[in-house]
Amino acid sequence: MNALLLSALMGVVMMFSGIVLKSKAAIRNIAIAGMLALLLVNILEMNGTVFLVIDSKGMIGFDRFALLFNSIIFFSTFLYLTLSARDMEKVGVNYAEYLALIFFILCGIALVSSFRSLIILFLGIEIISIPLYILTGSDKLNLKSNEASLKYFLLGSFSTGLMLMGIALIYGAKGTFYTSGINMVNGAISPLLIAGMLLLMFSMAFKVSVAPFHFWTPDVYDGAPTVFTSFMATIVKAGVFIAFIRLFDEGFASQQPKWKLIIAILTAATLLIGNITAVFQQSVKRMLAYSSIAQAGFMLLSVYAMSPDSKEGLILYAAAYCMATIGIFAVLIKMSDYTFDGFNGFAKQQPLLAAVTTIFLLSLAGIPLTAGFMAKFYMIKAAMYNSGLLWLPILALVMAAVSVSYYFRVIQAMYFRESSTPSTLTVTPAFRYTLVALAALVVLLGIFPNLLLAWLYF
Amino acid sequence: MPIVYYLYLSLALFCIGIVGVLTRRNAIIIFMCIEIMLNAVNLLLVAFSKMHPPKAGIDGQLFVFFIMVVAAAEVSVGLAIIVMMYRRIHSVDVNFLNRLKH
Repeated sequence: MNALLLSALMGVVMMFSGIVLKSKAAIRNIAIAGMLALLLVNILEMNGTVFLVIDSKGMIGFDRFALLFNSIIFFSTFLYLTLSARDMEKVGVNYAEYLALIFFILCGIALVSSFRSLIILFLGIEIISIPLYILTGSDKLNLKSNEASLKYFLLGSFSTGLMLMGIALIYGAKGTFYTSGINMVNGAISPLLIAGMLLLMFSMAFKVSVAPFHFWTPDVYDGAPTVFTSFMATIVKAGVFIAFIRLFDEGFASQQPKWKLIIAILTAATLLIGNITAVFQQSVKRMLAYSSIAQAGFMLLSVYAMSPDSKEGLILYAAAYCMATIGIFAVLIKMSDYTFDGFNGFAKQQPLLAAVTTIFLLSLAGIPLTAGFMAKFYMIKAAMYNSGLLWLPILALVMAAVSVSYYFRVIQAMYFRESSTPSTLTVTPAFRYTLVALAALVVLLGIFPNLLLAWLYF
Repeated sequence: MPIVYYLYLSLALFCIGIVGVLTRRNAIIIFMCIEIMLNAVNLLLVAFSKMHPPKAGIDGQLFVFFIMVVAAAEVSVGLAIIVMMYRRIHSVDVNFLNRLKH
């Protein structure tokens, strides 16, 4: 509850700081300090210190899972701001407003991570989506950004319509919006409930870009300014996933036989389409968009398995995926050429940056000793233990092997190709140190995943 | 009147909205169709809230207000995006969006 209120407050503060303060450095420092405060307040709440309690009639409930997830989200955003906040200046003139929108999105994520009622789920998803439409189109002079924004907006509000219809049908069947009430079985199962559940599932699948609802993702991620693509592909996607798992864990657990196979098919389709299409991409930005679809497939395994194991897995996966992808995007933003050839000879020009980028790519591919390996291990373990379908974890393993091919193309370009043009890259020492710390964290989590998971219980 | 009549009416409106979104090419019309979908949901929620006992019924009517507020916020952002687009290419035809693929 602390973080929820503070993030909304910080959004307003950032909006006014744009009017009052003229220096961009001051605005940036306020945002980073606010982010730290948010993280601190959230960790304090995890240890039992709550500053302000608002009676939400049981519609919002912050449990340990939600609080730990929020801490990961806030920490990732903190890293994202320290690495990339300078690059937001280049997007447009409304610097403070971009940061304000990011804080509002965090408020939405805090809502969807803790909802107990479908009203809050709907509000949270919308509070996440509406600022994202604006951020996607924030590069007003770039036609690609405009188009991406319009496309995202039309498809996003269409899926909101589906979600609302689903909620209305569930309300008709059960007479309540509370997930606990929806989960209760009394009498025969109404067809309204099943229809509503499917509509909700499809609209959530749309928001996290699960195939066959993924078609907007590559275009939107490619068209949006790269700084904001980084934010959308990592923090927002992980944030909506917790809503997904919470909805099916608390709302529809009693209907499990009905949705399990559909989720399995969606997972398989996402893994196949995401990984195989990513192999054929020429632009690293577009490849990362498809890779985010593929990683969504892995995260969907946790919804499919639905056990304490899979919740641990989702926590670890969200942390590993967010950190690695934020790191790669932070480097990508600095490049002038987004194709694979743009990375040619990068290791000779910037040995340190090339080394940390390699660690992030290894983590995304799931190579041992990185956080990505542990995350994939937990997911596949959960899916193995809790399913009658053995083909799904096997398919996930094969697809993890396929993903190596496109991640390693970047490494190959960096280390084994010669560059034709001299590097124009300029980075500050602070940027370098943050990136090295991030890489160290990725390796540390890969060796001791319990450092993170212990927070779930103690 | 039985509740199914309301259900059919609102499902019909919802389907009109979906078909409109899928077939029309003008961004403003697509947007109108999305609004029809949202209003179909509002109608259904109000109908259901009369069907359920008073205590549970209030929730549905409350939700309608939430939908209205959020839809208004969406309209303001959406129209701004469409206007931004129109200034660049002097058209609101979504066939232009195909250019992003390449």
